[in-house]
Amino acid sequence: MSIDIRNVRKTFGDFIALENINLDIASGELLALLGPSGCGKTTLLRIIAGLETPDSGQILFHGEDATDRHVSERQVGFVFQHYALFRHMTVFDNVAFGLSVRPRRSRPSKEEIRERVMKLLKLVQLDWLADAYPAQLSGGQRQRIALARSLAVEPRVLLLDEPFGALDAKVRKDLRRWLRRLHDEMHITSVFVTHDQEEALEVSDRVVVMNHGRIEQAGRPDEIYETPATPFVTQFLGDVNLFHGRVDAGQVAIGDYAHPIADPSATDGAAKVYVRPHDIELSREPGAALASGTIEHIHAVGPIVRVELKRDDSDTYIDAALTKEQYQSLRLMLGDQVYIRPRKVAVFVDEGAHI
Amino acid sequence: MALATNQTERTAATTESVVVRYVLTGFALVFLTLFLFVPLVSVFWEALAKGWDLYLAALTDPEAVNAIKLTLITALIAVPLNLVFGVAAAWAIARFEFRGKALLTTLIDLPFSISPVVAGLIYVLLFGAQGWLGPWLAEHDIKIIFAIPGIVLATVFVTFPFVARELIPLMQAQGADEEQAALVLGASGWQTFWRVTLPNIKWGLLYGVILCNARAMGEFGAVSVVSGHIRGQTNTVPLHVEILYNEYNFIGAFACASLLAGLALVTLALKTFVEWRATQQHKGDAVPLEARARLASAH
Amino acid sequence: MNLFNKKHSVLPGFGLGLGYTLFWLCLIVLLPLLALVLKSSELGWQGFWETVSTDRVIASLKLSFGASLVAALINALFGFLVAWVLVRYSFPGKRFVDALVDLPFALPTAVAGIALTTLYAPNGWFGQYLEPLGIKVAFTPIGIMVALTFIGLPFVVRTVQPVLQDLEAELEEAATCLGANRWQIFQRVIFPATLPALLTGFTLALARATGEFGSVIFIAGNIPMVSEITPLLIIGKLEQYDYLGATAIAVVMLMISFVMLLLINGIQWWAGRRHGIR
Repeated sequence: MSIDIRNVRKTFGDFIALENINLDIASGELLALLGPSGCGKTTLLRIIAGLETPDSGQILFHGEDATDRHVSERQVGFVFQHYALFRHMTVFDNVAFGLSVRPRRSRPSKEEIRERVMKLLKLVQLDWLADAYPAQLSGGQRQRIALARSLAVEPRVLLLDEPFGALDAKVRKDLRRWLRRLHDEMHITSVFVTHDQEEALEVSDRVVVMNHGRIEQAGRPDEIYETPATPFVTQFLGDVNLFHGRVDAGQVAIGDYAHPIADPSATDGAAKVYVRPHDIELSREPGAALASGTIEHIHAVGPIVRVELKRDDSDTYIDAALTKEQYQSLRLMLGDQVYIRPRKVAVFVDEGAHI
Repeated sequence: MALATNQTERTAATTESVVVRYVLTGFALVFLTLFLFVPLVSVFWEALAKGWDLYLAALTDPEAVNAIKLTLITALIAVPLNLVFGVAAAWAIARFEFRGKALLTTLIDLPFSISPVVAGLIYVLLFGAQGWLGPWLAEHDIKIIFAIPGIVLATVFVTFPFVARELIPLMQAQGADEEQAALVLGASGWQTFWRVTLPNIKWGLLYGVILCNARAMGEFGAVSVVSGHIRGQTNTVPLHVEILYNEYNFIGAFACASLLAGLALVTLALKTFVEWRATQQHKGDAVPLEARARLASAH
Repeated sequence: MNLFNKKHSVLPGFGLGLGYTLFWLCLIVLLPLLALVLKSSELGWQGFWETVSTDRVIASLKLSFGASLVAALINALFGFLVAWVLVRYSFPGKRFVDALVDLPFALPTAVAGIALTTLYAPNGWFGQYLEPLGIKVAFTPIGIMVALTFIGLPFVVRTVQPVLQDLEAELEEAATCLGANRWQIFQRVIFPATLPALLTGFTLALARATGEFGSVIFIAGNIPMVSEITPLLIIGKLEQYDYLGATAIAVVMLMISFVMLLLINGIQWWAGRRHGIR
């Protein structure tokens, strides 16, 4: 089922949580709402669920206005950040809850409920825990039970609030992949909220980056990563080095160094230039370099070698990330002087216009 | 409500010398013995001073039986009334944001800080023969003051906050996540309340009811103002104790008092049990199944 | 209903819950209290003042308040000690002692009253030893203090105990590492942290003691001007059908209650500001 969000605005007292949000979510899509805490992503998710009411604007489910429909009638599945499992019920009763509270007319028989619950518990690979209580489960198990519980009512939309937030790193990775596979099997329209860019980029079909109650950019993970629309998105998606330069006649100048830019129609003016560590090339040859720097620290554990340089012309630091091969062929040592060239830059002229 | 039981292991660096510990513990225990334990024991001692026969005779005296009946009736009416109120107040205060919430919470606690005698007096002023509604009540032949309704009203007043003040912090701490989850799953408001909220607050509720009941059965000041001390009719057990004591019938007074002291002991035992249950439940939250299995297999 | 302007929430039952709460609060507490205040206004300011400024009323107020203050101070001291011992040290029967602390909450006041009176009467278990020393407890203001100490005992223990319990051992370890001795740590780390709770417990005990009736009247002897507490004066007036007189004194007591309530809220607000949450 598709979800259309139209001109949604939400305030809490003086605080503007959401400002004029417009977003179309396609049927069967797995969408990530990504942003720092307080950016409004959870509020948006709760508005879609019907747990909050927008001050103005509309939520359309499958083209139908659902703004005033009560949460219990929206047929959404919602997985809470801390799971909100009913602590006094067994795992089985938790999953069965949504079916057993239906009015007698539409309530499945006891046998059917049992069958469906056990099927779901098998799906989340926890059927052996049916008689356990939530307090007896690990974090990852609780998460999967919460998911099974929300799927039991056959929701048209699945909403997940920081689904992996409270788990440790290893479990997180496993569950991410598992959620992706589950979505590919079931094809239910799903939206999840996260503050972890890696998670958003890895799991989702489409990422919506939010900040200060607004949508900064929406797009496929590779799109967002390769062509970030704003300085905020650039910085939020990963480590960057910042340089100050000027856009002039189709290229950007940083000191004496000039780099061509993709968009020839860009307005001239002062600009911020972002370069990711892995887009920085180090060499021992001078000439056409952005700057020279001295190696202050080398972190060579793992396939990527991180090098921290201090610029010779100023007190600022630059991070570079090299492959092991590059590192070995350059024979870099602490204290070496090297030259820095960016391979790829993201340029934002200071009014904020993207180039 | 329940105190956390995680007793941190104290090292030499964070505790006092043995002598200081013994002296302080000694002081505390002597104080508690003199002020709490001895008075409690003395009640039973005095009651049985002249033997079991007189003790039982005092308890089976028709006036005493009537007093016991009245006390039970009063508690049976007052406690459920305040139970319903406490749940309603806790639902409104712990689950919703509204202006005037702090004021409302303070007002609910108000009866705790008002002298029981004043509590009784306000009902006399309203419903007594000289009171505002007195003439109207007399005309319709309704008796409130110097009758059971007055006793119930005064009891409801003095036990007013017990359940509410137990539930409000509990429900605030638990949060509304589980209730929201129930709603998302399609449950109606009542279903959510009966199947999610109530099971979660049951220990806190029971705790409040136990305290409420103890006070309801033992209230003296407020009830004494509105009861009129009509023997065999409007005397609750605490009032009966007073009358017997003032008549120098010490065996009778202490026999009835021992019933109330027994009630107090049962209250304390139940209260300790409920606290223990609640902490057990709380502790359970933190122990994953694997850890338990590991613990079990280690033994 | 602008006063109770709720924020939107998906949970149902706000109207029912709040409506019932307000209805019951008004019916049981607020309307009767309003009746009291209105009744006292029948006296007029002059009449009110004449009733409450008689020597007997003043003496009773002094006694009620003074004895309550002494009892609350004793409770602050020993309540803190009991809380400390219960949290920090282990000894056999601790569970039992911990449960016993709540006895004054559970034991009907009349029972406490007759028990204490019998103990401290000249021929009682305690009285027989105190009498030869020239100390009279029963039927004197000292007896009132004893009863009020009994009544207020759990307040300080139960407010201080959780705060002591939650105090991190790391704080003390840090202070020890920095060279403080036990007494300095108590004085400068532990005590300041528990002070708001101690003050709250003290004020709660004081408030309870000021209005206490049941446990006091047996042991007090109720001699006018000497050992007659204010609540008893109200009863006395009622028995003489002097409703206005009773009302006037009750209003004074009500005002004292409000001041105490304000004080408690003030302490909690102050503590909350100082320590962040609550």
